[in-house]
Amino acid sequence: MKELLIGNAAIARGLYEAGVKVVSSYPGTPSTEITEFAAKYDEIYCEWAPNEKVATEVAFGASLGGARSACAMKHVGLNVAADPLFTLSYTGVRGGMVICVADDPAMHSSQNEQDSRHYAIAAKVPMLEPADSAEAYNFAKKAFDLSEKFDTPVMLRMCTRIAHCQSIVEIGERQERDLIPYEKQPEKYIMMPGYAKKKHPIVELRTKALTEFAENCEYNKVYFAENNDIGIVTSGTCYQYVKEVFGDSVSIYKLGLINPMPVKSLIDFASKVKRLIVVEELDPIIETHLRSLGLNPEGKSLFSNIGEFSQKDIKKVLIEKVEDSISADTAIPNRPPVMCPGCPHRGIYFVLSKLNLTVLGDIGCYTLGATPPLNALDSTLCMGASVSGIHGFNKARGTDSENKTVCVIGDSTFMHSGMTGLVNIAYNASNSVVIILDNSITGMTGHQQNPTTGYNIKGDPAAKVNLEELCHSLGINRVRVVDPYNLEECENAVKEELAVSEPSVIISRRPCMLLKYVKAKPSLTVDSDKCRSCKNCMRLGCPALSFKDSKAVIDATQCVGCGVCEQMCRFDAIKEGGNI
Amino acid sequence: MKTVNIMIVGVGGQGSLLASKLLGHLLVSEGYDVKVSEVHGMSQRGGSVVTYVRYGDKVYSPLVSEGEADYIISFEKLEAARHAPMLKIGGQIIVNTQQIDPMPVITGSAVYPENVLDELKDKGVKIDTVDALSLAKKAGSVKAVNIVLIGKLSTYFPFEKDLWLKAIEETVAPKFVEMNKKAFLLGRGE
Repeated sequence: MKELLIGNAAIARGLYEAGVKVVSSYPGTPSTEITEFAAKYDEIYCEWAPNEKVATEVAFGASLGGARSACAMKHVGLNVAADPLFTLSYTGVRGGMVICVADDPAMHSSQNEQDSRHYAIAAKVPMLEPADSAEAYNFAKKAFDLSEKFDTPVMLRMCTRIAHCQSIVEIGERQERDLIPYEKQPEKYIMMPGYAKKKHPIVELRTKALTEFAENCEYNKVYFAENNDIGIVTSGTCYQYVKEVFGDSVSIYKLGLINPMPVKSLIDFASKVKRLIVVEELDPIIETHLRSLGLNPEGKSLFSNIGEFSQKDIKKVLIEKVEDSISADTAIPNRPPVMCPGCPHRGIYFVLSKLNLTVLGDIGCYTLGATPPLNALDSTLCMGASVSGIHGFNKARGTDSENKTVCVIGDSTFMHSGMTGLVNIAYNASNSVVIILDNSITGMTGHQQNPTTGYNIKGDPAAKVNLEELCHSLGINRVRVVDPYNLEECENAVKEELAVSEPSVIISRRPCMLLKYVKAKPSLTVDSDKCRSCKNCMRLGCPALSFKDSKAVIDATQCVGCGVCEQMCRFDAIKEGGNI
Repeated sequence: MKTVNIMIVGVGGQGSLLASKLLGHLLVSEGYDVKVSEVHGMSQRGGSVVTYVRYGDKVYSPLVSEGEADYIISFEKLEAARHAPMLKIGGQIIVNTQQIDPMPVITGSAVYPENVLDELKDKGVKIDTVDALSLAKKAGSVKAVNIVLIGKLSTYFPFEKDLWLKAIEETVAPKFVEMNKKAFLLGRGE
């Protein structure tokens, strides 16, 4: 049966047909849908884990237990999962295990542009890279045979343009697999020095065997054109751009297994073409490999190691062609992403901005509080770094910062890696104010449940972490809850907690406005006779509010009636009663 | 046949994903090779969003580059102007006349270029405007702007009207099918 599937759904289908029993992941763009689609198959146990390290270890446990298992994460999630990854390379697997990782060249929704291929090389595990949904499906399915044959976890690398691109997939049927009987094997699975020392040489031998396997495996495809002027070595989405520009007119070595890469067949390919070119996004991984073989390809001398490519880049560099186009001379204002109308983060951010506080931020929708007009954030590093960071900031600056610095972190991010930072604040006693922006969902990635929401990935009721009790038990005495739609309450709470000389947590609690169960109120409207054009309401940066003919105007198609702007108006000009 | 390139552009939250889903569904059922490229995550939050739909005998790249788009469907005026350089010379823009101020305009650091579409028309860009918001309201929901625009787009394509209506039935949640069919027909001017 033919279906049009995004790459991530194709992977889920591959996992399903491979007989996978357990999938554990933490959401992260552009990897999230792998697990969301896998969860639609009742035969697979799926879950959202609190973070990627936990997810990878759950998948390890399932593999140890004799099942085929998988986990999925974005590139920066792999940093969190790196600890189990490196030693999993030593233990190998019992049931096949696949680690799906999605890179985000051009940073459509990420804080850096790291290239996950480095991890496969460093951890010495094989990595597959599909070039469309059909390959994503096929590679995901076959990766388990590779995993079991070579006794290793297999990494499956995606990028945004494969993960979120729909293309046609011919799907098949699931093959159920019996659990492999459990057997205690201390030398294989207990990685203490005595055993690990025996495993390392096995890992090195495995890489040699995989390199030999790579020479003519089904994942790599070699095509020789009639004319031998140009030979391109490429993989993944870059292959598509090369084909778009050249069709069958150049020779192509398409790598599907990108770690380890073959030796002999690449040297052979290079010897048959006049000009050897590598087309790869981000770092020169293929190019470096070719150089290590004594070859001299053109790669990063032609193409950038920053951002993503398209056919345009290939055309411009290799055939020096640029398509004609027409553009306006008038300046086009940017349209940066913004917090939605009715976003519960807006109210508390306005207060932080008004009080001119230093705010250490974190990863999520609420990172958008950094943009004008709120300009509320001072830093965003990685998941959890706000809580650990404020402790360091206050330890460094002491009383100079303690009463004018806070940190903000979302509910899901707090569960991911904010808790340990809070333990540190309590244990090592810094006078820090932590604000948990509890919107009762993992927002930015598209509404995934987490341990604080009371529901699991299937939407069924689940154990619900009580954030107040959790913070208390981690050693914080002062924990209070505020409604971010109530500006006065928020301001008082922040001022009071900054004034006391002990650590405290403020939970700013209101569910994300986009959640289905949250009902929008009628749109508000501006009484233009009462509006004095003071623009105080505009300080909120609400997309539903604009200024036309010297008066504030509310766009009724966007306004959800949250009432925060009403509190900003000193002239009582904003009231209920807008019409769509 | 040569690959046809369509771009669907707008403001995050306007429903471009349903428009591309419907198009993709119809094109696959007609036997074409199809690629649809979407962006999820941060840029969806009220930012400028772009979806590429490509179809033909064999489609390689999931992306459309500058000067390659045969059609640009824009959910908002400014977004049409922003992506105009993506249009092939002789290509067609279909644009909803709705104006949604971006944050730099709201904060006063930039001005909304009111006449930018006229400027592009003067330069020879083919622009077809449609008040999709009013038509969507007429159909029963402001959310149907996407299907109104698909209705407009359909007048440029050789596929029978019934094929489009069938695609709506097969991609839209049952309780919204009738409303969306109405929106589609209003978009076609029927």
